[in-house]
Amino acid sequence: MTENLEALRDALPRLGEGVSITLQLTLGGALVAFLVSVVFGLLSISPAAPLRWLSTIVVEFFRGTSLVVQLFWLYYVMPLFGVSMDAVLTGVIALGLNYGAYGAEVVRGSINAVDKGQWEGATALNMSRVTRMRRIIWPQAWVLMLSGYNNLLVMLIKGTAVALFIGLQDLGYQIDELRIDTTTIFAYSIGLLLYYLIALVFSFGLRVLEKRARRRLGLPAGSAHASAGAAL
Amino acid sequence: MPPVIRFEGVQKKFGDHTVLSGLNFDVAPGERVTLIGPSGSGKTTILRLVMTLEELTDGYIWIDGKPLTHDRRDGKRIRLREKQVAATRKQIGMVFQHFNLFPNMSVIDNVTEAQVHVLGRGKEEARDRGLALLDQVGLKDRAEEHPSRLSGGQKQRVAIARALAMDPKILLLDEVTSALDPELVGDVLAVLRDVADTTDISMLIVTHEMQFARDVSHKVMMFDGGQIVEQGAPTDILANPTHERTRKFLDSIL
Ligand SMILES: Nc1ncnc2c1ncn2[C@@H]1O[C@H](COP(=O)(O)OP(=O)(O)O)[C@@H](O)[C@H]1O
Ligand SMILES: [Mg+2]
Repeated sequence: MTENLEALRDALPRLGEGVSITLQLTLGGALVAFLVSVVFGLLSISPAAPLRWLSTIVVEFFRGTSLVVQLFWLYYVMPLFGVSMDAVLTGVIALGLNYGAYGAEVVRGSINAVDKGQWEGATALNMSRVTRMRRIIWPQAWVLMLSGYNNLLVMLIKGTAVALFIGLQDLGYQIDELRIDTTTIFAYSIGLLLYYLIALVFSFGLRVLEKRARRRLGLPAGSAHASAGAAL
Repeated sequence: MPPVIRFEGVQKKFGDHTVLSGLNFDVAPGERVTLIGPSGSGKTTILRLVMTLEELTDGYIWIDGKPLTHDRRDGKRIRLREKQVAATRKQIGMVFQHFNLFPNMSVIDNVTEAQVHVLGRGKEEARDRGLALLDQVGLKDRAEEHPSRLSGGQKQRVAIARALAMDPKILLLDEVTSALDPELVGDVLAVLRDVADTTDISMLIVTHEMQFARDVSHKVMMFDGGQIVEQGAPTDILANPTHERTRKFLDSIL
């Protein structure tokens, strides 16, 4: 055991670098995924049919093809067309597009879950489409979105390990390196623990946001899927 | 003066199901008309058509002589653009059976939101008007609270204040007391009587409160199967209905 701990201590700087790469992929990927999900989620409920089709095609494409293959395309194929990007950026974009496609469904589902009476109440006050969405529907859908995003974010954190495929020395890679100097069980246990801690921190952050958002809507802190606005 | 609302050959189908067909009627400026009739006779659909929450499948609705959603040009029926529809819709307000207050804002913000973001009123002006209206419906002291803390009757009074804040020419009331506990109905009706007494807003009212209908409406229209069975002064229709169907309906709700 002491050898294991010594090896761990020696490996700390490298593990730190690994964690840093994983966090960059997580934060960058989550940011891109958020933007992608909002854009395509809103397009998917647009009154203009071609925009809805566009959204369906894009979302289905990125959900339906493997993240690893998407990553290979971005990293190995795009340079053939003269577009080459730094590996971390490539990872961020691939993660962002893939999880953003899932996120678009979260956005669409959450907006549709807002009570129909809220749209009608806003229309009866003659609010424009944009005002209705921005001031009435979105703030209510947001609460529902946060619990969906929470799931996706945890999946994205674990998904960042695909960075290994394009040679990034992320947390997963460093854990594998650690295994050379320690027992396999020890190295992978450390790996589980570190991923778990990262996921825990992000998940906790989102849950705090969700709680605050629920309080603003006058909803009880508990069950996430009570339809917003239904009883008002 | 043109009628404030004119239905001309209005048809509404949901899929294959025809709810209204060839419906014609007028509402004069300042007139308050109560629609009665059995459940499923099309009363809600009529109000929702006026509020543009449903799209009519044929015919025309004219508001103040202007087309609401469809215009006739060279004998052709054309759909108006959303901008034009909104300009007409500005004159129409609606209160719903289930209130539809916005849970993401306080009571006063419910009443000021559209004043600011639709009518372009200043925040101060909107707030003053909102507080005056909340005062009128007896809820000024609840202005800063969250709507979820109000009783059903209080929510409905806020919804009425919210609609009035837009200074509508036409107010649509769809069974606004049907979701309330019986002891809360009186306060809401009192507020509406007050609005009827102190404004000249035209109203289309759907209600089962016959005493209220008799007191505030100038005209009662009895519907069945999407057709007007009979119409006239409330005293005539409600006290001496000429049609068997009206009699049966009135008996059924007493
Ligand atoms: N969105 C809808 N889709 C299909 N049918 C509907 C819809 N809304 C109303 N209807 C039908 O239209 C008819 C009239 O309904 P409604 O206007 O609600 O009647 P009322 O308000 O007089 O009870 C009913 O048969 C109802 O089932
Ligand atoms: Mg009805």
